[in-house]
Amino acid sequence: MINKILGSRENKKTIQLSILALPAILVFFVFSYIPMTGIFIAFKDINYVDGIFHSPWIGFDNFKFFFTSNDAWLVVRNTLGYNIVFIVVGTALAVLFAILLNEVISTRFLKVYQTIFFFPYFFSWIIVAYMAYSLIGPLGAISSLINKMGFTSFDFYTTTWIWPILLTLIHIWKGIGYVSIIFYAGIMGISQEYFEAAAIDGATKLQMIRKITIPLLIPLITIMTLLSIGKIFYSDFGLFFFVPREMGQLFPVTQVIDTYVYRMLKVSGDLGMSSAVGLFQSTLGFIVVLLSNYAVRKVNEENKLF
Amino acid sequence: MSKKTLPQMIIHFVFILFSLACIIPLVSIISISLSNETDIIKNGYSLFPRVFDINAYAYVLYEPIQIINAFKVSIIVSILGTFISLIVMACIAYTLSRHDYRFKNPLSFYVFFTMMFNGGLVPTYILLSNYLHLKNTIWVLILPYVAVPWFILLLRTFMQKIPYDIIESCMMDGASEFRIFFQIILPLAKPGLATVALFTILQYWNDWFLSLLYIEKESLVPLQYMLYRMMSNIAFLTSSSNQLPPGLNNAVIPSESARMAMAILAAGPMLAVFPFFQQYFVRGLTVGAVKG
Repeated sequence: MINKILGSRENKKTIQLSILALPAILVFFVFSYIPMTGIFIAFKDINYVDGIFHSPWIGFDNFKFFFTSNDAWLVVRNTLGYNIVFIVVGTALAVLFAILLNEVISTRFLKVYQTIFFFPYFFSWIIVAYMAYSLIGPLGAISSLINKMGFTSFDFYTTTWIWPILLTLIHIWKGIGYVSIIFYAGIMGISQEYFEAAAIDGATKLQMIRKITIPLLIPLITIMTLLSIGKIFYSDFGLFFFVPREMGQLFPVTQVIDTYVYRMLKVSGDLGMSSAVGLFQSTLGFIVVLLSNYAVRKVNEENKLF
Repeated sequence: MSKKTLPQMIIHFVFILFSLACIIPLVSIISISLSNETDIIKNGYSLFPRVFDINAYAYVLYEPIQIINAFKVSIIVSILGTFISLIVMACIAYTLSRHDYRFKNPLSFYVFFTMMFNGGLVPTYILLSNYLHLKNTIWVLILPYVAVPWFILLLRTFMQKIPYDIIESCMMDGASEFRIFFQIILPLAKPGLATVALFTILQYWNDWFLSLLYIEKESLVPLQYMLYRMMSNIAFLTSSSNQLPPGLNNAVIPSESARMAMAILAAGPMLAVFPFFQQYFVRGLTVGAVKG
């Protein structure tokens, strides 16, 4: 009898908790899971007369078409290349900033810096594109400076070689306030006793950073890096789409998988091929996430994604 | 910490330089928006207005129907979206925070799997526009962002910190899960909710992706998308009437400065508000990334 009552109470609890979760379950079902079933589009030659269900199957032709084009190598190279540079340079600078922030004695300055560094994070990519244009556009202050230096015909928006540098700088500029705070919190979590003991032994500040701060930050750095590696096939669409102002001349250095899929869908209207590229991206992305999560688990069980 | 410190001068030098890099782009667009158009075209942009002029704002705000409308869309989407998504996410986060919930593991998997694999842009696009007919509705700007796994994870972490004893004693008193959630958990999780609300409102306010994909109707164009369209074509702003405000009749159309004035109007609200909430952001960031 008692068991039965407890059982029904247990059931009631499960039902009520499930009801609370239901709206989100539905949202995920509609906006995430149903689209997953749509990956079959990648294997079809979609035409508007037959609709997506009755268009003919063509196997891997969409993929073949993509991989035999010059675009495939280009967009994959750009996506991976930028991400690798962003991870390496971005992480190194964010850690450096966190360490330096930790060394600032005046708390007032510390607060001011943190607030200012967070500024770029609040701008949308479109605003950032406007800002960039106001500085490096044909009328911009930086452009006119360069003109005065004698390079009269220099135009940022048609010069391809400069964009990998620019995009890296802008990416770091926008995100460093955010990422360095995560590392700063990591440093704050290090027990003061280590530093006190080191100070008694006469260690210099640089020695402490090298022998205490950085080694103890390594697990956090590893996890942050692995999380970024998990997203290595995805790019920040806004950075690559808006900031170069869609200049066709710059596509060789600004086109990434995400912008390519978008343009294929909205500009060329090629459903089959754009979904093939999308499927290629999400499949590789999935494999990379699994691998990096496996690695995260090895480093620190607590931070694993699943 | 030890008395020996790195030379403060060097640190401040580095940080002041970077602070300038954060502020100058903003100063630059503000300055252009307040500059005289003829002077800009002749001498280029500058970091401080050479010839001070508020014609750009007069021009942009002369017939502001489109701008007011874009503000309206952005505000409705941000407020309604944040409200809906906060409730939906808090509910499931509570369920996931309960270690005694029977389906905790499968439900976690169901939520976090969407972070790892997705059907891609095209199937989503076809579903939303051809089958759900959400294209050119306000809902298409809201619904796709209602449940974000990362925010659910944050909320769950916050709720897990609430002592289980509290929940248990409520259950002993016979309170239903709904009552526990709304009367006990939500008030206790306020700091967490505030953090996620800020992330969410920023996400909605700064979004251009959904409108880029799904909005063609003029009356549903939000601010960010409007700015995007103005990037190449200022005429979009005055498509109805290519008139200048009276008194500006002989002047040049201030297209360069008007564009920047629009950017200021769009960035302004967030910029004005967010530095004050910065500590919530910091808390949200650190609770997710660092434990202990």
